[in-house]
Amino acid sequence: MTSIDPREVDGLLPLPPATFHILLALAEGERHGYAIIQEVAARTNGAVRLSAGTLYRSIQRMLEQGLIEESRERPDPDEDDERRRYYFLTPFGAAVARAETARLTQLVRLARASGFTTGKA
Amino acid sequence: MRLFRALLHLYPSSFRHEYGEEMARLFAERRRGAPLPRRLALWLEVLGDALATAPRIHVDMLRQDLRHAGRTLARSRGFAAAVVLVMALGIGATTAVFSVIDRVLLRPLPFAEPQRLVQVWENVPGYSRLEPSPANYRDWRQMTHGFERLEAYMPNPVNMIWREPERVAGAALTADLLPMLGVQPSLGRLFTPEEGRLGGPASVILSDRLWRRAFGADPAVLGRGVRIEGSTYTIAGVMPPTFYFPDRDTELWMPLTLGPEWFEDRDNNALQVVGRLKPGVTLEGARAEMNGVTAALEAAHPKENAQTRATVRQLGDQVSQPSRLLLRVLAAASVCLLLIACTNLASLNLARFGTRRRELSVRAALGAGQHRLTRQLLTESLVLSLCGGAAGVALAVPAVPLLARLVPTTLPVPDATVLEPRVLLAALAATTATGLLFGMLPALRFSRRVEAAALREGPRGTAGGRERVRPVLVAAQIAASVLLLVGAGLLLRALHRVQAIDPGFDARGVLTVRTPLPMDRYQATAARGAFYERVVDEIQALPGVSAAAYTSFTPMVMRGGIWAIDVPGRTAGAPSSDTHTASLRFITPGYFHALGVPLVRGRDVSRGDTGEAPFVAVVSESFARKYWPDGDAVGQRFTVAFFERLIVGVAGDVRVRGLEMPSEPQVYVPHRQIPDGWMPFYAPKDLVVRTAGDPVALVPAIRRILREVDPELPVSHVRTMEQIVELETAPRRTQAAVIALFATAALLLAGVGLHGLVAYGVAQRRREIGVRMALGATPPSVVGLVVRESVRLSALGGAAGLVAAYLVASRFDLLLAGVPAADPATFIVAILFTGVIAVSGSVVPALRAIAVDPSTALRAE
Repeated sequence: MTSIDPREVDGLLPLPPATFHILLALAEGERHGYAIIQEVAARTNGAVRLSAGTLYRSIQRMLEQGLIEESRERPDPDEDDERRRYYFLTPFGAAVARAETARLTQLVRLARASGFTTGKA
Repeated sequence: MRLFRALLHLYPSSFRHEYGEEMARLFAERRRGAPLPRRLALWLEVLGDALATAPRIHVDMLRQDLRHAGRTLARSRGFAAAVVLVMALGIGATTAVFSVIDRVLLRPLPFAEPQRLVQVWENVPGYSRLEPSPANYRDWRQMTHGFERLEAYMPNPVNMIWREPERVAGAALTADLLPMLGVQPSLGRLFTPEEGRLGGPASVILSDRLWRRAFGADPAVLGRGVRIEGSTYTIAGVMPPTFYFPDRDTELWMPLTLGPEWFEDRDNNALQVVGRLKPGVTLEGARAEMNGVTAALEAAHPKENAQTRATVRQLGDQVSQPSRLLLRVLAAASVCLLLIACTNLASLNLARFGTRRRELSVRAALGAGQHRLTRQLLTESLVLSLCGGAAGVALAVPAVPLLARLVPTTLPVPDATVLEPRVLLAALAATTATGLLFGMLPALRFSRRVEAAALREGPRGTAGGRERVRPVLVAAQIAASVLLLVGAGLLLRALHRVQAIDPGFDARGVLTVRTPLPMDRYQATAARGAFYERVVDEIQALPGVSAAAYTSFTPMVMRGGIWAIDVPGRTAGAPSSDTHTASLRFITPGYFHALGVPLVRGRDVSRGDTGEAPFVAVVSESFARKYWPDGDAVGQRFTVAFFERLIVGVAGDVRVRGLEMPSEPQVYVPHRQIPDGWMPFYAPKDLVVRTAGDPVALVPAIRRILREVDPELPVSHVRTMEQIVELETAPRRTQAAVIALFATAALLLAGVGLHGLVAYGVAQRRREIGVRMALGATPPSVVGLVVRESVRLSALGGAAGLVAAYLVASRFDLLLAGVPAADPATFIVAILFTGVIAVSGSVVPALRAIAVDPSTALRAE
């Protein structure tokens, strides 16, 4: 991962919601699958519950796209379940998450300018 | 939990292997301690999830694999092109051959319940399939019970006049024959029972082709009258374009109505008989019944029906033994080519895998699962083979019409074509199987190896264990191509042998034209005689023409026309297994000169041989030898065509039935020595003209003369005698060309395979070669090192190929026209070619080996 090609970043936008949620869930460090589901649920107050199929389909695609990678170092040998697989955000993944955030922010700004504010449908 | 694992099978296997364990654990955690209603809800949730996401994951992966395959293959275009080419050759050859075989041998006839349709012949000593006489046919119908119907037809070529006179190949059918086949007209109707009766209304049914060609596809012609052989026939219907009966050339059908005179002579072998077996009656049952019936008929008519039995065969089961053999040889050759292509594919894939192992191992190390990689390898292989298969089908499309010329056009089925679901499916299946099988090979190897091992090997990368599979594959390729090479060689030798057969006439500078005389105007022998004499005189006056004459049938065009003969004191007491028949021709004077048949003794027929003069005949040498082995035939008498005739001349033997078939002895009778209206089938209609120049240049002048003499006469079958003789060897020529083409492709493929193997070996042994050269090995010894392997494989493969070729060839001696299966010349040439493969396969790698610079080779480590 030397330099990040902005065109490659833009090529992936807009992100599917599940992908974006997973990127956000991995922002603070590596997690295994179940932890990602729980983290997403916690962040959205239970509004978004990823199903196992959606989760692993997204993970597979994100691995292929280079957004995340599977970790080889385990956090703590004692509490680590040896068979669990952990994922972490790549720099490219972080760049994509930032770009998506910027895109959404821009979108929200546009919406506000058009008179749409929260609470006023 | 087991249920959940079963559910996981909805996902692609590589996905399941990657994440199944995790998903199961996730499920277990959520389920733990949950009350029953929540468990049920959980189950519903995972079920819905699986149904919703599994198909998407399948699509995801396919798209990914395809993208990946595209990228990888774009990086190695040479490899991709080689695989596509190899596949195209293998699949193209097999597809083309299969589409012909499918049409000719496998597919049932396009009639209702074709397995119950049979053809019945008389079976007499010397002829197992003789046209039944009307009297016997009538008795068979009355005496048999195993047939639902027993119908008859007769080929009946006619002169038809719509706008212009035209000669049309027609057939006369009993009225129930078409309903028996279970066919329907596309326009109009079939024959009515009245039309099938003697003296009933005259009607015809047209083929789609004739209706379009002569009647402009006008539906309004139904019910209108058309002039045929001087009478008016009502057009009853038009058959669909896919209907053919009894053969591909027949374009018109009329009812077969036989007057009482047809039933007088049991030796009047005139009909073709087809039947439909009753449900449950087997072919063997029908044969047994016909055997009984014909035995009873022999007892009732001991003279005419002496030793007359019946042959019953499935309708459509008429592809001759040589044609079948030929198709089988072609099929074997194309399978050979496909196998060579497959081994080449495997070889290519293995070689490429050798260079890719490092890449694959790196990817495996980076977390790509075993299943995922295997799947990608397979996708790559499938994409390539599908491209190759498509290219192969594209190659097969123009090849099929050429191959179809190998089989006779007599089968009542439409043309073979590749573009047809059955054939395309077969091609797709072969392609997929090949792709999977030979894509699997490297994938299997990959899964057997420990990925890390390749990484540890470092930059040498490709150095693995000794290659064991590839040498075997290459030797097999060489064996198969030698087999094809010998086959092609033997067939070419056979072709030359057949072409060298003397037909008994001199075909050079001879033109033939058919002008059948309409019997309503030319029934009188004298009327025909006047026509022949005027036409022949005027044509002989043309510049360059040295002779012109009419005959009943040109040799090799009409192979039958056989008549019984009676030689006093010779035929009566002879054993009855001996047939006393001859190929009978009515001729005008000058026929022997025009065709270039030597007159060995006596004289030609002359204009003086009229109905009032003594009846005479000219016989062939074989006829004279057969009945007067130690005397002179000239001056002897025998009976043929209802009269006793005096032999006035002996002519050379002509191969009437064709170059490769034994012909009956020939008898020639002056055309005037037959009463008016007798034997119209034999009335001379083929004109033979000999010229010093180009015979084709004469055609306009001959047409003009014929038009002047009789403007209503259809002129057809304008061909040179050389063309007719060439047609005799056309199937052989096509066959030899096809096998030679296959052999060439096989040789190329084998050469490429050998080259790949040897080059790979040199690349692997660069270091060893470098060391040897540093230690003072001379270039020749290095070359020897490289070539040794190549020579060993070629010798091994070549020897196996020669043995296989001998074994195969001795089973197909029918196609070899007397060339021995172990023909030394062919085998020597094949051995030389094997040597050429061995040398050409190793030249470039050997040169590369000498060019190895010891210091760089050693430093590379």
